[in-house]
Amino acid sequence: MQTWDYIGYLAWALSAAFGLYLVVDWIRTDTTYSEDVLTSSREGELEAMTEERKG
Amino acid sequence: MADFDITSKTIDGIGPHGTKVGLLRVLGPTHVWALGVGIVLVGEYMGWNFAVGKGGAYAALIACWFAGILYTCVAMIDSEVTSTVAAAGGQYTQAKHIVGPLMAFNVGLYLTFAYTMLEAGNAITAGYLISVVATMSGYTGALDQRPFIILSILFLAWLNYRGVLATLTFNLVITAIAFVAIIVLFLATTGIFGHSIMMHKELMSGAAALPYGWIGVLAAMHFGLWFYLGIEGTTQAAEEVRSPARSLPFGTMAGIMTLLIAATLTWYVCVGVLPWEFLGDGVNGSVAPLFDTARLSGSTGLIWLLGIGTLFATLASANGCINDASRAWFSMGRDKYLPGWFGAVHPKYRTPYRSIIFLVPIALLFALKAPLDQVITFSILSGLLTYTFMPLNIIMFRKKWPMGSIKRGYEHPFHPVPAYVQLFLCAVTFFAVFLGYGTQLVAMIGFYIVVSLWFHFWRYRFVNRGAQFTMPWPKPKGY
Repeated sequence: MQTWDYIGYLAWALSAAFGLYLVVDWIRTDTTYSEDVLTSSREGELEAMTEERKG
Repeated sequence: MADFDITSKTIDGIGPHGTKVGLLRVLGPTHVWALGVGIVLVGEYMGWNFAVGKGGAYAALIACWFAGILYTCVAMIDSEVTSTVAAAGGQYTQAKHIVGPLMAFNVGLYLTFAYTMLEAGNAITAGYLISVVATMSGYTGALDQRPFIILSILFLAWLNYRGVLATLTFNLVITAIAFVAIIVLFLATTGIFGHSIMMHKELMSGAAALPYGWIGVLAAMHFGLWFYLGIEGTTQAAEEVRSPARSLPFGTMAGIMTLLIAATLTWYVCVGVLPWEFLGDGVNGSVAPLFDTARLSGSTGLIWLLGIGTLFATLASANGCINDASRAWFSMGRDKYLPGWFGAVHPKYRTPYRSIIFLVPIALLFALKAPLDQVITFSILSGLLTYTFMPLNIIMFRKKWPMGSIKRGYEHPFHPVPAYVQLFLCAVTFFAVFLGYGTQLVAMIGFYIVVSLWFHFWRYRFVNRGAQFTMPWPKPKGY
């Protein structure tokens, strides 16, 4: 075994950790908040507000 | 199920139109610069040199400058339209508002594929670079590159998931280092500081000047795009910048100026040291020309600096690609061009988290299973289709909403000259691509025709037909 083999194992472990974080947080978020809140984003909010202030 | 309402007329970007959780407006012009230049700069470190292989050093320079004109037009047109249509999705959102739904669907796919394929290509390159470092440090045997490819994608996806400010601040730092590395290499090897190692006269005279004549110059245009491919990605930050009308034009124009300088310096130092036959073979010859130039300088400091610059440029590009692909995909989901599930925003990190996660396995699949040249070619072709759409888009934009009818953040000069120049250069580049990758070009056009039929006959019934048009503009002229 050479040092780079150990670095390779470390990369596998870190990859698994990042992947696990993404999946766990995704599931936790989806089960904590309602779909209505999560998908409530609307485009062009800043422009709409600017126009309203001008009006 | 927790529910909350952060709607507030006092919070910038969170308006009174039903948004409870939206993307966060935290970025400034430097982040826009970091996004655009970050995606592109890897093209200076590797890839552009295939243009030398197609037609020699002079052909690569001509391609570099003509592609520079093409992308200057891209930056000018983008700056005007996106500072007015300041929403995530970039050219997809522009197409939706200005051209129509079928064009928007296609442009959204071009963007997602171009960035996801480029991300996969960058991850492959990062794995390769680490294997080179392993070999240089005495590792015997073939290093397994897979863990490094996967780690690159998952780490950057995690960073993107956690927030746009940290993601693009990270990009700003590593992109700036990669850019400074090119400047330092230029200063150190051309005789400005220290002795010059340049041999332009010897390497570029006689048969080496234009080895394949003018057809070689034309063919070089395909890879001339590498110097700038991705600068149009700045538009994806439109919904996350504090001041779109100021930051987007400033960041984009500063970005193209940076790239014109970096591209010219890169060409100058590399063709002055590396013979065109070696430089132009990006597979068996010079894979990373700037790094190879540093190695020929004999300076350990330059070798380290350009080695780090190459890795940083690769990571910055992959990072920006994840950011941009996820915004394009998210926007299409939000308008129901794709399932609305993709239009979700993380309530804590304020990122399009489902789109980020969804694109991870796709990037991994291409990075681990597809050959690099095919992945990159698909990315270039998708990008080229976007550039072809842009001139048509700006011409329609100016006709439907003439100057003075709506407030524009930036007005590009000499309209319609940049649009026609861009259209002409796109046509030239399509021909150049056809010369080398005709099969892939036809296959890709076939793919987009099939998905267009699917959208027209099936998916369009689900689209938010009225709600998708959010800009408070007057009716277009003639309607």
